[in-house]
Amino acid sequence: MINPISDQLVELLSQVTGYIYPNEIEVHWSILIVVYPYLTGLVAGAFILASLVKVFNVKELQSVYKLSLLTALAFLLIAPLPLLLHLGHPLRSYEIFLNPNFSSAMAMFGFVYAWYLMVVLLLELWFTYRRDLIVWSESERFPMKWIHRAIALFSTDISERAVNFDKKVVKAITIIGIPSAFLLHGYVGFIFGSIKANPWWSSVLMPIVFLFSAIVSGIALVITLYMIILPFKGEKIDMKCLDRMASFLFYAVIVDFSLELLDFIHRLYESEESIRILSELVMNKLFISLGIIQVLLGMLLPLGLMISIKLFKFEEELRKLLYFVSVILIQLGIFATRWNVVIGGQMFSKSFRGLTTYKMEITGLEGLLMTLLLLVLPLVILAILFKIFPPWKESVPDTGPTLVTGRG
Amino acid sequence: MKRRKFFGKAATLLISSGLLAGMWKKARAKTPEGYDPSLHYYGMGIQIDKCIGCGSCVEACKNENSVPREPFYFRTWVERYTIGKDGGAVVQNIDARLAVSRDIISEKEIIRSFFVPKLCNQCDNPPCVQVCPVGATFMTEDGVILVDSERCIGCRYCIQACPYGARYIHPDTMTADKCTFCYHRLTREMLPACVEVCPTQARIFGDIRSKASPLARFKRMNKLHVLKPSLNTEPKVSYSELDGEVR
Repeated sequence: MINPISDQLVELLSQVTGYIYPNEIEVHWSILIVVYPYLTGLVAGAFILASLVKVFNVKELQSVYKLSLLTALAFLLIAPLPLLLHLGHPLRSYEIFLNPNFSSAMAMFGFVYAWYLMVVLLLELWFTYRRDLIVWSESERFPMKWIHRAIALFSTDISERAVNFDKKVVKAITIIGIPSAFLLHGYVGFIFGSIKANPWWSSVLMPIVFLFSAIVSGIALVITLYMIILPFKGEKIDMKCLDRMASFLFYAVIVDFSLELLDFIHRLYESEESIRILSELVMNKLFISLGIIQVLLGMLLPLGLMISIKLFKFEEELRKLLYFVSVILIQLGIFATRWNVVIGGQMFSKSFRGLTTYKMEITGLEGLLMTLLLLVLPLVILAILFKIFPPWKESVPDTGPTLVTGRG
Repeated sequence: MKRRKFFGKAATLLISSGLLAGMWKKARAKTPEGYDPSLHYYGMGIQIDKCIGCGSCVEACKNENSVPREPFYFRTWVERYTIGKDGGAVVQNIDARLAVSRDIISEKEIIRSFFVPKLCNQCDNPPCVQVCPVGATFMTEDGVILVDSERCIGCRYCIQACPYGARYIHPDTMTADKCTFCYHRLTREMLPACVEVCPTQARIFGDIRSKASPLARFKRMNKLHVLKPSLNTEPKVSYSELDGEVR
């Protein structure tokens, strides 16, 4: 009996060019593994934007602080899903916690993830919202009242001392959070960068490139959300905040672009054994996703737009439009970046003599529909989080204690 | 009181982490009674000039180890190299279903041609073992790299890490699979199936540390080379008469 997986692979045989090792016909890390670094990148980027407010005191960004934090959380909650769905034995995934192999970069996933979720994001969110939650629950009805009280862990102390303590803790967590965000995404880059068998991946720059592209995509996402949500709520976009975010995005794109350019030049200049097959890969298999989408549409065009905004003092509406186009293009570009790394790295043979093809399924566990679902799911979670932790609701003035007394 | 409470909690934490640590197990190979792995350290030698490309080894391997019959699951395979006068090389798998006719060099243009049997190199510095997140891929005491299919979670990181393309996901078990040097035969004092059936004795198997054996003689009589030495994987499969075109 022919296995359905084998059946699909037979079709690919005729599309191989040159020679590949026979076991290489299957592209082992599918579109889901493209989605995974894309999602964690958004998490790390959104968090770093949030930390700009707390650690570096960028006051203009105060109004997106909570939005960034919630965005990071919503995407982090979904990030492990593509990994889980991709496993041959998802039910054995607990082994990674029980029997971690400490020499494996991947085994560290559980620890890095748990650290980031528990110690950084949830704690920071809790201390940020604790006072608000208590105050809100006072004037609310069931069930919101109880949800908020439960999330505040039934704490009731909103004395000045307690609130000041919250603020201090938030700052401390953010300071731990920045290296943690670097760790989270740098580590994902390391998973690829440390594979010496694969010259497309094996590069010491990989974690750093991942990190900066993460920052780029995270900031771009928060800008997109900000520009979509505010008009829907009938509120005006704060141009100072938008300009400032776009400015950070601009510098992040420049760093990211320079790093990738450096990587490219370095490879060409060193011209190692693999250079011929990698050139073939780029010119044949990745021409559209790398040349056109990642570099031209995802980087150069938005860079040009943002430079023109900086050079010419466009009026507000045009500026908004250009920003919006830029962030959408950047988002597309970063997704293409992930694709080119993950899928591109598997389309050439380790014999350096041939190329294979990746055929994406439409339905199925690792198909296009699942991918779209995984990309939409974080937004659904974000909408729920907005209900529980309204990011726009102004904090009640600090004279709080008179509102709630005699409880506990 | 507070201090007592603290110590109580600390003790609970210690005990529970101890319990968790107790669940941490190393994967092990099953061997028949009486077999002592510490007495062996296996390796293979391949004499390229002796290989006639008959494919018996591939067939024997598929039969012995229930490797799926499709032309893209192989624990061992044989490559045919045809090198033209202009230096260009054409490589093909000898499996007829994989040989692509459009790449063939015309007879007059061929300068040399040879077969290269490939299999897992059973590296002494194995990247697959290094990257396996759950320790399902491991090295036995006698030097063979095995996969514990009960533990493998099917993440495929080992496949990415193997420079030789020696691994695949078995379509029935959905776990990583590869050459085991026929470990189930070794522990019963038999040779790997591919070695046993090779009509020209192009494959020589034995204990790397033995002083008088076919493998020791092979190592004494030939100039040896391994595949992709620059990656420092330290293969235990070595080749004689290996051409520079072979990767």
